[in-house]
Amino acid sequence: MIKVSGLTKDYGARRAIHNLSFDAQQGEIVGFLGPNGAGKTTTMRILTGYMPPTDGEAIVAGYDVVEESLEVRKRVGYLPETVPLYTDMVVFDYLKFMGDLRKIPNVDDRVDEVLDMVGLSDRANGYIGNLSKGMKQRVGLAQALLHRPEVLILDEPTIGLDPGQVVEVRQLIRDIGKERTVLLSTHLLNEAQNICDRVLIINQGKIVAEDTTENLQARLIGAERVILRVRGDGDDLAKTIKAVKGVQGVETKEDGAVEFEFASGKDVRPEVARQVINAGYDLLELHPLGMSLEEIFLELTGSDSKKK
Amino acid sequence: MRNIWTIAKREYDNYFNSPLAYVVAFVILLILGFIFAAIMLFSSQQAMFGGPAPDTEQLTWWFSFLLMIAVPILTMRLISDEARMGTLELMLTAPVRDLELVVGKWLGAFLYVFTLATATLIYPVIMDNFITPGLDWRAVFAAYIGLILFSSTLIALGVGISAMFTNQFAAFFITFGLFIFLAFFVGIPANILDKGGDVFDYLSFGTHFFNSMNRGTINLGDIVYFLSLTALGLFTGSTAIEIRRWR
Repeated sequence: MIKVSGLTKDYGARRAIHNLSFDAQQGEIVGFLGPNGAGKTTTMRILTGYMPPTDGEAIVAGYDVVEESLEVRKRVGYLPETVPLYTDMVVFDYLKFMGDLRKIPNVDDRVDEVLDMVGLSDRANGYIGNLSKGMKQRVGLAQALLHRPEVLILDEPTIGLDPGQVVEVRQLIRDIGKERTVLLSTHLLNEAQNICDRVLIINQGKIVAEDTTENLQARLIGAERVILRVRGDGDDLAKTIKAVKGVQGVETKEDGAVEFEFASGKDVRPEVARQVINAGYDLLELHPLGMSLEEIFLELTGSDSKKK
Repeated sequence: MRNIWTIAKREYDNYFNSPLAYVVAFVILLILGFIFAAIMLFSSQQAMFGGPAPDTEQLTWWFSFLLMIAVPILTMRLISDEARMGTLELMLTAPVRDLELVVGKWLGAFLYVFTLATATLIYPVIMDNFITPGLDWRAVFAAYIGLILFSSTLIALGVGISAMFTNQFAAFFITFGLFIFLAFFVGIPANILDKGGDVFDYLSFGTHFFNSMNRGTINLGDIVYFLSLTALGLFTGSTAIEIRRWR
């Protein structure tokens, strides 16, 4: 449903995206992960027909984004990053206007339906300008869903939502993703993990990794890192832990907690816990440290600024 | 075509949701009211000494002059503000052609000015009641056809310029400057040059409206002039949006 090959976009002398190639199938939710300025928004803008690429080709819903831009735009639902809305319009009127542009039959009924989907039925007659950020975000999402698009492109769809809404919106995206193609961008690894079938990591305009979230993490981590905390100061705590076979990279934190690693598949945690308790400490906490998106980036982009 | 209407209708409704349209209409009708009263007063005094009956030429002249100030105010934000707010991204990713967007914006503003022009017909109607044998309605009709064409041109140029800017005030000043130039300055070389001055004269609003249709004559040349400039303005707007996409 989305097929991108060799996509390149220059803004003057600056190359925003460089030779990007990927695809997304129907019924698949693909996450676009990357730091600010990585080229996520640029790519999405090309796929939605907002701007043409400098080079390369993109086919969305079976049509070329440059040659058959209008056909693409008919079939794509887009939530831009900044969620632009006509703030001086009433929610219902705004959605009806967008629905009219998309020539949706029985547009009034469809607007009611979509408002219900995003949980905004009670604000249908309110001015968009008076809505909270999270509500505006949902109006933007309603607009993207209005015409039952084959392809949904969402730029940071959960930003600005409160935790309850984040859960609802993610569920909504998952449901939509069962039948349609969804491409969404996010900064949050757990969000990608939560809803995406597949993740593309993009940095400085290039795809640096493409895999399922689980694989990506497993591949990168190799060793599992754990933090352990006891009551009071554990002066010799590090020494006790080091003594356990299989423990590596022991490091004492400023607050007295100790971090250590062990090779994946050789879980030393039970043994460490036993030793710590035998040594007379009150064990308070022992939990794995997930690798953050930032760390995965640094790892993938080969940056040497990573500690150790 | 339906997209043009959808966009035009939103713009038209939008004018009546904002104080701006009411302020513009109020000021124009107020000033025209004063001028109308002055014309009637002056003519009635002159009539005692056998002066001519009043006509609407001055009134439509002033209306068109006020439009040269009002239209830049009405058109400045049409596209520039969408670019600033980011809503242009919505329009440009909706299944709407760039030209449909520009024409829709133009039509919305045009319908507003048309509504305003209809309201000003009250003055000729009143005047007609005070004079015998009544107004030369053919001349009034010609002037109003001219006014409609003139405002269509002004609005198209205004929308075209609005598409080039992200700052609506920049759009206002450029639009207003262009109107004043085309109305009062572009014709100047025609008076100085021995040869080739006709070209400058042809470009002037004065040649086609103030000294032509506003005086009650309809000729094809003037209509072609206004329709061409309208097309030019709309095409400029569409091209400016196309350029925005590539930037």
